[in-house]
Amino acid sequence: MTATVEAPMPAKTFEPFLTASVGREGAWTLEDYRSRGGYTGWQRAVTELAPADVTDWVKRSGLRGRGGAGFSTGTKWSFVPNIPGPKYVCCNADESEPGTFNNRAILEWDPHIVLEGVMIASYAIGATHSFIYCRGEFGLPAKRLDAAIREAEAAGLLGTDIFGKGVELKITVYRGAGAYICGEETALLESLEGNRPMPRSRPPFPAVVGLYGRPTVINNAETLANVPFVLKNGPEWYAAIGTMPNSGPKIYSLSGSVNHPGNYELPLGVTLGELVAHGGGMREGRRLKAVIPGGSSAAILPATLADGKDAMGLVMDFDACRAAGSMLGSGAVMVLDETVCMACVVARFTEFYQHESCGKCTPCREGTSWLLKIMRRVIAGNATEHDLFLLTDLASHIPGRSLCLLGDSAATPVMSALKHFRADFESHITTGRCPDGCIPF
Amino acid sequence: MKPFPTSASAFPQRDGATEQAPDAAASVEPAAAEPVRGVLSVETRTAILALKTKYPRVQSAILDALRLAQGEIGYLPSDASAEVAALLGVSPHHVHSLATFYAMFFTEPVGKYVVEVCDNLSCALWGSQRILAQLERELGVAPGETTPDGMVTLLRTIECLAACGGAPALRVNTTYFEKLNDESVSALVADLRAGTIRETS
Repeated sequence: MTATVEAPMPAKTFEPFLTASVGREGAWTLEDYRSRGGYTGWQRAVTELAPADVTDWVKRSGLRGRGGAGFSTGTKWSFVPNIPGPKYVCCNADESEPGTFNNRAILEWDPHIVLEGVMIASYAIGATHSFIYCRGEFGLPAKRLDAAIREAEAAGLLGTDIFGKGVELKITVYRGAGAYICGEETALLESLEGNRPMPRSRPPFPAVVGLYGRPTVINNAETLANVPFVLKNGPEWYAAIGTMPNSGPKIYSLSGSVNHPGNYELPLGVTLGELVAHGGGMREGRRLKAVIPGGSSAAILPATLADGKDAMGLVMDFDACRAAGSMLGSGAVMVLDETVCMACVVARFTEFYQHESCGKCTPCREGTSWLLKIMRRVIAGNATEHDLFLLTDLASHIPGRSLCLLGDSAATPVMSALKHFRADFESHITTGRCPDGCIPF
Repeated sequence: MKPFPTSASAFPQRDGATEQAPDAAASVEPAAAEPVRGVLSVETRTAILALKTKYPRVQSAILDALRLAQGEIGYLPSDASAEVAALLGVSPHHVHSLATFYAMFFTEPVGKYVVEVCDNLSCALWGSQRILAQLERELGVAPGETTPDGMVTLLRTIECLAACGGAPALRVNTTYFEKLNDESVSALVADLRAGTIRETS
């Protein structure tokens, strides 16, 4: 292939490109997007590259799934069998992981960026009809996405003979109606098929048997937003951002005890301390007590990590977070200061998972209910030391015993908080309230 | 609690012929009467029928259709779900199973505005409990209740609204309000009462 590739860009000069237009009036129009070089990646894919080359470019870029798993996006695409008949791309924009709010920002302000990513992915796997599963609560993003699709259709970027190359593609926005479980990829497929959104048994995996029983790729909206830039600037350019094998920018959703919660797009591999500095530092100058690096499903890490190092030095990429005993997940970084009672944190998360368990698998359905009952006893000061044993025992029997990871996610905060912050639970048991110095929330 | 808000205005027959609209008092049927069919307007029925070809399989259109039905009536009485099923040609039980699964569908009447206050961790750390208490006080209802004039249903949600950067946040139908404080909540309550909320979608 003869496509030109610009020189690699050092991470030091990093300029955000996924969120550069977030907050700018009118950025959601096709005209605006094209004025920024929009759809040149799509054009290059269709007019210069074969579908397999597109997949290869994405593989070489090192792009990994931003939805939580951190799996190589190009590799995921390559799992789709080359067989005749319909195939589908489903963009997962059912953003509901507590602490995560970057999809909503991009979809609302820059829907074309996601749309172009869906187009390129569809071309790579040979899909002619693709879907964007938009969270039901996201009224404005869904409206803007629909408008963006109509603009793209009118401009011939979607249709039956795109760029005169005979490429056919239609994109449909599917709106959820309020259910966290729909962010789980097989529940998402069930929801899209018009069934109750309950996860499927795997194997077969969606790449082989997915939507309507056909090969399907499911990618997070943030992941797909990266794809146009891989095509536009080349995989080497992209791979130079961050540190391989954690390449590219990440939109960190920073929330909790920082002065300026918000989305911060930075190269993968910044430290927690740098990220907190971007967020204006710790709220009211308080000290770090704990951090949740990747949404409520990620293990809670204490301010001093297992290796004795300060958590502010934690490298916020997929592999470093895993090595520290947690995960980068969706990049929802929840910062917790010294005034936050970890038993109360766990109680809220447990309530969330109990509410959102779809009810299909017994360990998750019953387990989350019992976790919540016990956590309520703990918070109310009606629990005993034995209840902490019960919590540990119960939480250890949920993971790995259900069809999806919701049950595991419910157990993770309980286990990690009991491990690192048992004193907070014991305070509730012995005194009936949060530890001294904590502010109830 | 709000009576059936809009279904009173048009009770088309199942074949689509619009009957003379019965007067409002007579049309608010007691629940005990035998199931009333045809609670949706001709416009909504037409829009639902048009959904049949939107997806590769008609069943995928159920959520969109339920959203249209709820948009017209304000909630989803079983007659509305049954009518959606009949229009799409799918099982009414299946439609009911979806209407009762998803949090954004209401099988009981709710206010014109459903106010959902996020109470997950990030909002809680920025004072969601205070916001909720203020709304309870100023609206005069507890979470789960609807104001007597049928304008506002107040809900506390543990499902994160994906607005942690603007914590504390709430949602009025599908419009978000973020970085709330005492003043902005009071102003919001005034708009809710007056019915002048500017919805973005």
